[in-house]
Amino acid sequence: MSITENEPVFLLLEGFVQELRTAGLPVSLSENIDAAEAVRHIPLEDRNAFKYSLAATMVKNQAHWKTFETLFEVYFSLRGDEYNLNDDNDGDRDGDDSDDSDEDQDGDQDGDGEGQGRGGGRGLTQEELAELLFQALLRGDDTLMRAIARQAVKRYAGMEPGRPVGGTYYLYRTLRNLDLDSVLERLMDQTREDVAPEQLTPFEERLERDEFEARIDKLRKEIEAEIRRRLVADRGAEAMAKTLRKPLPEDVDFMHASREEMVMLRKAIYPLTRKLAARLARKRRHRRKGPLDFRNTVRHSLSYGGVPAEPRFKHPRPAKPEIFVIADISGSVAAFARFTLHLVYAISSQFSRVRSFVFIDGLDEVTSYFEGIDDITEAIHRVNTEADVVWVDGHSDYGHALEVFWERYGREVGPKTTVLILGDARNNYHASQAWICKEIQRKARKLFWLNPEPKAYWNTGDSIVGDYGTYCDGTFEVRNLRQLEKFVDNLV
Amino acid sequence: MTHRFDSVDAVREGLREVNYLADDSIAGVAFLADRLAKPILVEGPAGTGKTQLAKSVAEMSGARLIRLQCYEGLDEAKALYEWNYKKQLLRIQVERGEQDVSWAEVKDDIFSDEFLLPRPLLEAITAPDPVVLLIDEIDRVELETEALLLEILSDYQVSIPELGTIEAKQIPMVFLTSNNTRELSEALKRRCLFLHIDYPSMEREKEIVLTKVPDINEKLADQVSRIVRSIRQLELKKAPSVSETLDWARTLVILGIENITEKDALDTVHILLKYRSDIEKAIKEFSSNSAAHFEAKPA
Repeated sequence: MSITENEPVFLLLEGFVQELRTAGLPVSLSENIDAAEAVRHIPLEDRNAFKYSLAATMVKNQAHWKTFETLFEVYFSLRGDEYNLNDDNDGDRDGDDSDDSDEDQDGDQDGDGEGQGRGGGRGLTQEELAELLFQALLRGDDTLMRAIARQAVKRYAGMEPGRPVGGTYYLYRTLRNLDLDSVLERLMDQTREDVAPEQLTPFEERLERDEFEARIDKLRKEIEAEIRRRLVADRGAEAMAKTLRKPLPEDVDFMHASREEMVMLRKAIYPLTRKLAARLARKRRHRRKGPLDFRNTVRHSLSYGGVPAEPRFKHPRPAKPEIFVIADISGSVAAFARFTLHLVYAISSQFSRVRSFVFIDGLDEVTSYFEGIDDITEAIHRVNTEADVVWVDGHSDYGHALEVFWERYGREVGPKTTVLILGDARNNYHASQAWICKEIQRKARKLFWLNPEPKAYWNTGDSIVGDYGTYCDGTFEVRNLRQLEKFVDNLV
Repeated sequence: MTHRFDSVDAVREGLREVNYLADDSIAGVAFLADRLAKPILVEGPAGTGKTQLAKSVAEMSGARLIRLQCYEGLDEAKALYEWNYKKQLLRIQVERGEQDVSWAEVKDDIFSDEFLLPRPLLEAITAPDPVVLLIDEIDRVELETEALLLEILSDYQVSIPELGTIEAKQIPMVFLTSNNTRELSEALKRRCLFLHIDYPSMEREKEIVLTKVPDINEKLADQVSRIVRSIRQLELKKAPSVSETLDWARTLVILGIENITEKDALDTVHILLKYRSDIEKAIKEFSSNSAAHFEAKPA
């Protein structure tokens, strides 16, 4: 079957593919054609099947799935809204309602009551809605939950046509009004009562809680989807896609990651380290042969009558460097230090030894926290809570930290040591003590500085990375996992 | 060309009959693979039924399963074909006795089908009966070896310099599985449909337990899947896989446990989790008070 440019399917996909590419997904032309071909074989009215066939043909990396899904929901919800024209009208009418109530709704609860009183063609009070929500969650009734999500968004989100506010704002408003945390507590109380005769063990309680949390999570997703549908109806898919554009996990900036993104990063780092370790081990094994082993070659030449027909080579012994990591763990760059330590320790088999030091304005060695522990996350947690890194006021002081390092551990830096310093070099206008970097560089094999700030901000304000940088063998901008992976890969 | 499956639902039903519970995406992608005549690249955590999917599809469509297990160092001779040189030598010796055989004849003779040893990939292509080809753990071969597969995956043919191109008699269903220990090449990914099989949802896992474990009652299956879901939410080195869930469910049935108590769970948790640190973490999480389960965030 050939596909011409005018086929509706192709046109339909065109904008979507464009959007995927803008979001950073590498969709090739042939994949695009595959997708168009694929959707011919599935019933178009089956939205789920449509989604999976697009995903199977165009998204070939699991890390990109979330981005794809969000864009898909945005792009192909238009159809859904036309489909439910009824609901759409409904939405508009309600939209006006919440318009009026919006001014007084912002701060206090009264406004809500008023708003829903007028908006309530359905005659539900806020209490009734809450009760309904409670029942739906208790029974795990999906249909009811969906209806409630729709109601809740209508009532609480206060969405206005054309208002330049992101979806998260509406989500926040809706969730604040629903107060899901206390609903969870109520659900737990209810469960405890239900099985009152046999006391609920903590174990069972935990399971119940997980169950309810899963349901609440589902509800939250419903609400999010509802808000998105409404926003798309209001602004159009292209505009929405733009506001929703989120970086892929490997592009998330360490310093500005939201809590949600942090979770995403933590999940991403494990497969990343595994891949990196596998790749490095492989590289090491497949390295070219070592230099000619003269003695062995002569020895073997005897069996060819003295002709060195079979040259022998020494086994390669690639030097395993010793690594010293000196990391700033003050608030602004803590996340960055955490990820780098994690990555370095995950591939520590590639180094002869890894020692780590953390500082804020004081400095402490934390190597022992990582010894004999297979759970790196746990160790890093201990680093953050137990290490003695505050000297005076708990503001970064690179100068003093370096001084302490040099005094206590300086003589252990040797020609096999590679030293990594992690930090933004924002020194709060303390003395830089850059001479220590010079000394370290003289003694160590290599000295690298990793800075989580964008290059454009270096040496602005109290950042003095340039002072130190003069004495380093390299200063690198490491803002996201992609750059971090690249650096570590080159390091080994 | 005739298709193997009529609709997505037919795939799902077929798989259910052979005790494989497919969700929407699995059934959908399998259906598309048949229609588009494309291989499926199945990726996901270990023990979620990637290999089993290929086996089940083979069983359901009554096809023979040909399996190529990948490993580091796999080469052409093991994956595609090899010349049976011993037999070739014999042939040459036999022909040397006869006087008037020219070189060209000998050459044509010893490079013919008779002396070709087909390896899994060639076998799958030349098979007259329907086959399902499973290329298992593709991520274990080196990047360069992947290139071996490209011709067969996109055109279903194998080029042998001495013989010419051998084309497929029928297009086999091809499954490639990967544990994602390294990034596969773009060229390979482009030729495949991508299917990610993740840990199943709680409801699906419960169904899987019910179908796969004989003599288990519904209540226990429910408990099992709920506990496993809770464990998977922890940050573990290796979350329990579906096969481990099944092992655990079987153990509980054998032990005659009807209702899992905290003690039962802790006593048997080593079936679900294989790392010491993971086990410790799970025990800590589940035996202590539930209030402690919010992790303290570092400042």
